[in-house]
Amino acid sequence: MSTFLDEVNERINGVPIQACYHCRKCTAGCPLAFAMEYNPNKIIKMIQMGMKDKVLNSSTIWLCASCETCVTRCPNNVDIARMMDVLREMAIEEKVEPKEKSIAKFHEAFLSNIKAGGRINEPLMIVNYKLKSGDYFSDMAMGMSMFMKGKIKLFSPRTKDMKSVREIFKSTSK
Amino acid sequence: MKVSYYPGCSLHATGKEYDLSVKAVSKALDIELHEVEDWSCCGASSAHMTNHKLSVALPARNIMIAEKNEWDVMIPCAACFNRFKTAQHHMRNDEALKKEVETMVGGKFSDSVAVRNPIDILYNDVGVERLSDKVKKKLTGLKPVSYYGCLLLRPPEICQFDDYENPYMLDKLMASLGADTRNWSCKTDCCGGSLTLGKTEIVVRLVDKLMTMAREAGANCLVTACPVCFANLDTRASENVRLPAFYFTEIIALAMGLEGPESWFSMHNVDPRPLLKSLSLL
Repeated sequence: MSTFLDEVNERINGVPIQACYHCRKCTAGCPLAFAMEYNPNKIIKMIQMGMKDKVLNSSTIWLCASCETCVTRCPNNVDIARMMDVLREMAIEEKVEPKEKSIAKFHEAFLSNIKAGGRINEPLMIVNYKLKSGDYFSDMAMGMSMFMKGKIKLFSPRTKDMKSVREIFKSTSK
Repeated sequence: MKVSYYPGCSLHATGKEYDLSVKAVSKALDIELHEVEDWSCCGASSAHMTNHKLSVALPARNIMIAEKNEWDVMIPCAACFNRFKTAQHHMRNDEALKKEVETMVGGKFSDSVAVRNPIDILYNDVGVERLSDKVKKKLTGLKPVSYYGCLLLRPPEICQFDDYENPYMLDKLMASLGADTRNWSCKTDCCGGSLTLGKTEIVVRLVDKLMTMAREAGANCLVTACPVCFANLDTRASENVRLPAFYFTEIIALAMGLEGPESWFSMHNVDPRPLLKSLSLL
């Protein structure tokens, strides 16, 4: 029976996260740490202690912007950004309600838009996101302005070979 | 010089100015762009943040198309650039994943093309001297800070581009145009990226910090090479600190006296034309 730590390490498939000795360079350089529930290095400790529920239910995993500063600075080459990707993926697979709903909804809207057209159709994607997240009215003025300037087009060319795009989504769906 | 050109979703929409300016500058420098045939989205942040295999397969589809030619692939968008490089890295080092992706996409990954961003191509293949020679209008009075952002440089093993804590290539390109490039300590600080819709207040905070530090460095504008960074700089800064932002290729086109810059500037949210007019650059 594998532990939460084992599972995370297996998915990262790189340096095991227990190589961390809490120098906190990751947390110090993280631009989102100020807003996170638990600091990046604390998440590592929590994984080692098997605190799966708290970790997957945290805002931390969703607020990580994948800026890769942590990875670049870790003296032990722990791939903290990849760890955050792994934790997000696990949360989705286990149907954990995301602590940061809007962020999770954004990813859903983005990917379903590619699945439909091969390329992002920005107005459609943004409308989809707004409907999913319930955030209907912010940025409305800016959206109108961009539309008037020709930056957001209602019809944008799609990928022709949609079969291959759909196949990719089908093969990787969970 | 011939390259495969992968614009990505942004450059066809909110990053339009970047696409148009890259094309104008490339044409003027005899870089022939061949758009990757029937390309599809690279997956950007949302794919790798939620589904590892998807995040490798989506760029892989495009890489395999580009591999039909032996040219380098020029990718202006920093996110697309980073995702392509990451996909190549994963397929190089994980044989099982590579085979799985090849089956999914229906092709072979031969790892035969170099994925490069336009700063790299302009700095290394064109060179600051040749660029300087082409300047028709020296950008005197323009004081940009170079904002590289995250994904062009990190992780260094994957991007292998410039100094990842204190990069200089974009600064040197701007200096070659006669601009007074300001040095600052936020060259590679995150703008908040894709959190711009889901967590706008965080992006506002991060962008305001960039604007404040740019002002402290004596800058009157910011220059960037990423469509998400540009969108955030252009639309999320608070009114009391904001400065105009540019794509670096817009500035190069302006200095080279090419056609187009004024129409691109009119698409910005923060209008840079007053600044440029005050410096007699427009």
